[in-house]
Amino acid sequence: MSLPVGVGRSAGALRRLRLGDRAYRRALQALGLVVLGIFAAVGVSLFVQAWPALVHSGPGFVTGTTWDPNKAIYGVLPFIVGTLLTSAIALVLAIPIGIGAAIFLSEYAPRRIAAPLGVLVELLAAVPSVVYGLWGLLVLAPIFVSTVEPPLTQLPFARGPALGVGLLLAGVILAVMILPTITAVTRDLMSSVPAATREAVYGLGGTRWQVVRRAVLPSVRVGIIGGVVLALGRALGETMAVTFVIGNSNQIPRSLLAPTQTLASLIANEFTEATEPFHASALLSAAVVLLVIALLVNTLARLLVWSVSREMRETG
Amino acid sequence: MSVIPLALPDRRALIREASVASRRRRTVAGLVAASLCVVALLVALVPIVWIIVYTISQGIAAWSVDFFTKLPHPAGIPGGGIANALVGSLIIDGLAALMALPVGILAALFLAEFSGRLAGTVRFVMDVAAGLPAITIGLFAYAVIVVPQHHFSAFSASVALGVLMLPIVIRAGEGALRTVPNDLWEAGLALGVRRARVARSIVIPTAIPGLVTASLLAISRAVGEAAPLLFTAIGSQVFSTSVGGAMASLPLVVYQNGIQAYPDLQQNAWGTALTLLVLVVVLNVSARLLARRMRRHAR
Repeated sequence: MSLPVGVGRSAGALRRLRLGDRAYRRALQALGLVVLGIFAAVGVSLFVQAWPALVHSGPGFVTGTTWDPNKAIYGVLPFIVGTLLTSAIALVLAIPIGIGAAIFLSEYAPRRIAAPLGVLVELLAAVPSVVYGLWGLLVLAPIFVSTVEPPLTQLPFARGPALGVGLLLAGVILAVMILPTITAVTRDLMSSVPAATREAVYGLGGTRWQVVRRAVLPSVRVGIIGGVVLALGRALGETMAVTFVIGNSNQIPRSLLAPTQTLASLIANEFTEATEPFHASALLSAAVVLLVIALLVNTLARLLVWSVSREMRETG
Repeated sequence: MSVIPLALPDRRALIREASVASRRRRTVAGLVAASLCVVALLVALVPIVWIIVYTISQGIAAWSVDFFTKLPHPAGIPGGGIANALVGSLIIDGLAALMALPVGILAALFLAEFSGRLAGTVRFVMDVAAGLPAITIGLFAYAVIVVPQHHFSAFSASVALGVLMLPIVIRAGEGALRTVPNDLWEAGLALGVRRARVARSIVIPTAIPGLVTASLLAISRAVGEAAPLLFTAIGSQVFSTSVGGAMASLPLVVYQNGIQAYPDLQQNAWGTALTLLVLVVVLNVSARLLARRMRRHAR
């Protein structure tokens, strides 16, 4: 039984109702536009402030390896390299550990253990990044100097003094920070795989590990990649934790242990003291480069995650 | 419900393994893999337990009544507290929430209520914006507020944190509003009531626990952020409640004291880190509890 909306009402009342709904819709649409405008303004305002230094430096801004505010020479290549290398180290460490932990939580651990452990791992994601940085500088760095780094200096790509702070420590701290993202995304995806998929492999006489490797992991592969790229986006833009432990050297790192600088740590370290010509503008240009990298990575991550959720809606 | 299909080569590989490899070899492989996963989980748990236990032990040592009620001392003079940073964080984060949460919840209502190209765009942009580096958002507030005004201010910090909170509260808020059963929306509309009235009187009250959860998550993210404050609130050694000027805040104290070589200042950094940790955990746990209660309620 369904009556048309507004039955028994005058035409005028009905029109007022429609007009009211239209105004409501318009107001919310306008709000949506405002929100979009705010984030467009983030990009535009950074670009406007960055423009003088971009003109001053030309294409050398991205390809130059010298950053010398006293001579007004600004090249951000060392920081792009530093940003990519610290994040790469973080991924190399966090991917196997994060996925391994997720496999255990979703496939092996009894629920009673898995649930609290999962909460604990997710809690790691809520810890403020300054706390990671403080722990990295005051607790982990001394251990790196005394124990971790001396044996590593024998390796050809890790020459140089064991300072504690530097590329490796920054990568390790970032790995700790992105672990929860990778573990949580992977675990949630694996738990969403339908039982029939697992049973198909059990039915063929597969062991539990074969079920994981042949049935579960292949069907969530794209989603895991999406989660990893999301974690990468977080690592690339992380400022505080890295600034504590990066060592602040404006050089392209020659060694795994060398102190270096990421785009974010450069800005955090120099911005409040930027009084030389174009210095502040050059730092904002570095922020634009960081923003572009972060946008590319995050868009890729979202497209991957979206394609998975669409697939699941269609097949599941 | 259909099944995510197994790829053909995988099935062949399975049959080959079943016929060629002995059962024992597969069992051994399974044991090795399972132990590696256990090791991975233990490795993942080491840093979290380490950070939490260490922060608690160092932080408790720094905590005292004076720590929460006194102003910071200059380097070298022991003691000193974080009273100004506590109040500063409260003002900066409170103002940020006041600006961001209403806008965010209404934007969430827009996404939950209307479909279309604009809604799709907002949703996608919010997803991407949630991953923007916090420092770039701090520089945005610097560019649009600090530069024209020629001075740092707590207000610019609130704007930065508010922008940071928006994507979180919008996406989580949309999720909360979508848990309101369609029947309720339709029941309201069938009474011939305006949509705005249905939203105000039926949908939002029903979704309140979820909306509070979304807000708490956004606030807990903002409370711990130091990067957007570096060039906006900038920090302060004195007590200030004026949002037009520089202001101290908890995450800035952790950073600015933590990188000093003085043990007293580092001690204060640990005490402040523990304060932040407690705040963030309380916010997160209450968000979780509310969300769980809401789920039970929905069933």
